[in-house]
Amino acid sequence: MKPLDNRHAQPSGNPAGSVISVTGLGKTYASGFQALRNVDLEIRRGEIFALLGPNGAGKTTLISIICGIVNPSTGVVLADGHDIVRDYRAARTKIGLVPQELSTDAFESVWDTVKFSRGLFGKAANPALIEKILKDLSLWEKKDSKIMTLSGGMKRRVMIAKALSHEPTILFLDEPTAGVDVELRRDMWEMVRALRDNGVTIILTTHYIEEAEEMADRIGVINKGEIILVEDKTVLMHKLGRKQLILQLQNPLMALPAALSGYDLALAEGGFQLVYTFDAQSEETGIAGLLRLLGEQGIDFKDLQTSQSSLEDIFVDLVRGRA
Amino acid sequence: MNLHAIKAIYLFEMARTWRTLMESIASPVISTSLYFIVFGSAIGSRIADVDGISYGAFIVPGLIMLSILTESISNAAFGIYMPKFSGTIYELLSAPVSAMETVIGYVGAAASKSIILGTIILVTARLFVDFSVDHPVWMVAFLVLTAVTFSLFGFIIGIWADSFQRLQLIPLMIVTPLTFLGGSFYSINMLPPFWQNVALFNPVVYLVSGFRWSFYGVADVNIAVSLGMTLVFMLACLTGIWWIFRTGYRLKA
Repeated sequence: MKPLDNRHAQPSGNPAGSVISVTGLGKTYASGFQALRNVDLEIRRGEIFALLGPNGAGKTTLISIICGIVNPSTGVVLADGHDIVRDYRAARTKIGLVPQELSTDAFESVWDTVKFSRGLFGKAANPALIEKILKDLSLWEKKDSKIMTLSGGMKRRVMIAKALSHEPTILFLDEPTAGVDVELRRDMWEMVRALRDNGVTIILTTHYIEEAEEMADRIGVINKGEIILVEDKTVLMHKLGRKQLILQLQNPLMALPAALSGYDLALAEGGFQLVYTFDAQSEETGIAGLLRLLGEQGIDFKDLQTSQSSLEDIFVDLVRGRA
Repeated sequence: MNLHAIKAIYLFEMARTWRTLMESIASPVISTSLYFIVFGSAIGSRIADVDGISYGAFIVPGLIMLSILTESISNAAFGIYMPKFSGTIYELLSAPVSAMETVIGYVGAAASKSIILGTIILVTARLFVDFSVDHPVWMVAFLVLTAVTFSLFGFIIGIWADSFQRLQLIPLMIVTPLTFLGGSFYSINMLPPFWQNVALFNPVVYLVSGFRWSFYGVADVNIAVSLGMTLVFMLACLTGIWWIFRTGYRLKA
């Protein structure tokens, strides 16, 4: 897969700030289930925004409302300055959607279905553009194949091609790499970055924390229909990320010496490992002092390493904390 | 008006017709030909003229209507049911397309297909029986009006249906009986008086009567009434579709 470079975002309405602005959004389904509660969210122009949350948290409902598939119960959504209900034509023209479920036609050819999508979104036929999209997504050889004959990964790419066919400036990817093999996942990340570099704003939901960590500029966490956190990824990692210093000891310790009580220490691996947890953000990590103390106590170590908590740890902590 | 979208939907639906040409065109033509052989030639030759028209010629308008009705309903119903079934409806719902544009695309394609079919059956019929068309303009008008009206009705069925069985239910349980009892094979004047009055509640009677009038200038009911009733039914279908898109019934959560 080669990067796409055919997209040019043309800011209108709200130039510098948010490209999507969600205010007081709520959704209660007919069954009484409250999928979203008073959600406020601003997506910045040109960023990759990852929406994380456990199953049933409201990720897909939120996306579906913005894209016009589900009616909101309360609240307002602006897409590039256009109200998604009152000014739906202008809003939807800007948006491309790749839903989570693999939903494709069966008997139509790849070419026909992508051509159809472009027309549906009100754009005049542009065979050269569609050719480029299909080539970039490694689908060109399959352009005349019936969609039902394609593999799952190819069908996923057909859906991406359909979403890109009308040159959206906002792209929603709902679990884009679910059921996609590792190599293809890397390719998709490349493609998403290339789109972002051309000014497309990308909102993706994912279960793979690794994906958000790899891709996102900012991260939002949704749980039980509420946005519980929105933060720059690096800030989030920094703010919530704790670091650990792990020392492999020469000789096992049965108990922590009293002299070390000032440090957040724990023993592991039958006393062969000394684990020091510290705040990566603070000025004074205390490592130097700890190592000096160890020397004074005659505790030798043969190896040391530090590790930083991953986004996954942060995510699990957050969701558990709210549960 | 999103003309590109109307064109895209229309061409996409028509492509399905061309792809399934045999099923789309051949089977109705064959079944209608069988009607002509059995009722027109074999039995028809022993039946007296109706309203001064040979029985074989008399049933031509009714048989064309029969095909137009069933085909319009099934085309339109299938056309909108399939994206719901496969899940691709998400794209239609997220596209900058109004309800009217959607309906023009789907219903236009379904109606086009049944008009083409009606024309083919008309030509086929000419091979079996001799008939004339007194009012060709009115004939075309009735053909188009009926195709559009029942495609609208089929569109509603396609949205209402949540299984393939239900998709077949209304055509099978309601439309086929109404068509057979709607004077395709006889003049309702041939019924006992009580059943003549019952027949007047059947909307298909007005369609067949009006269409037959355009051929031979004879009708069971006044031509203006036929036209009026067809328009009333069309209006009812349009209202139903307007309500569906307004509320999102069976389309949006």
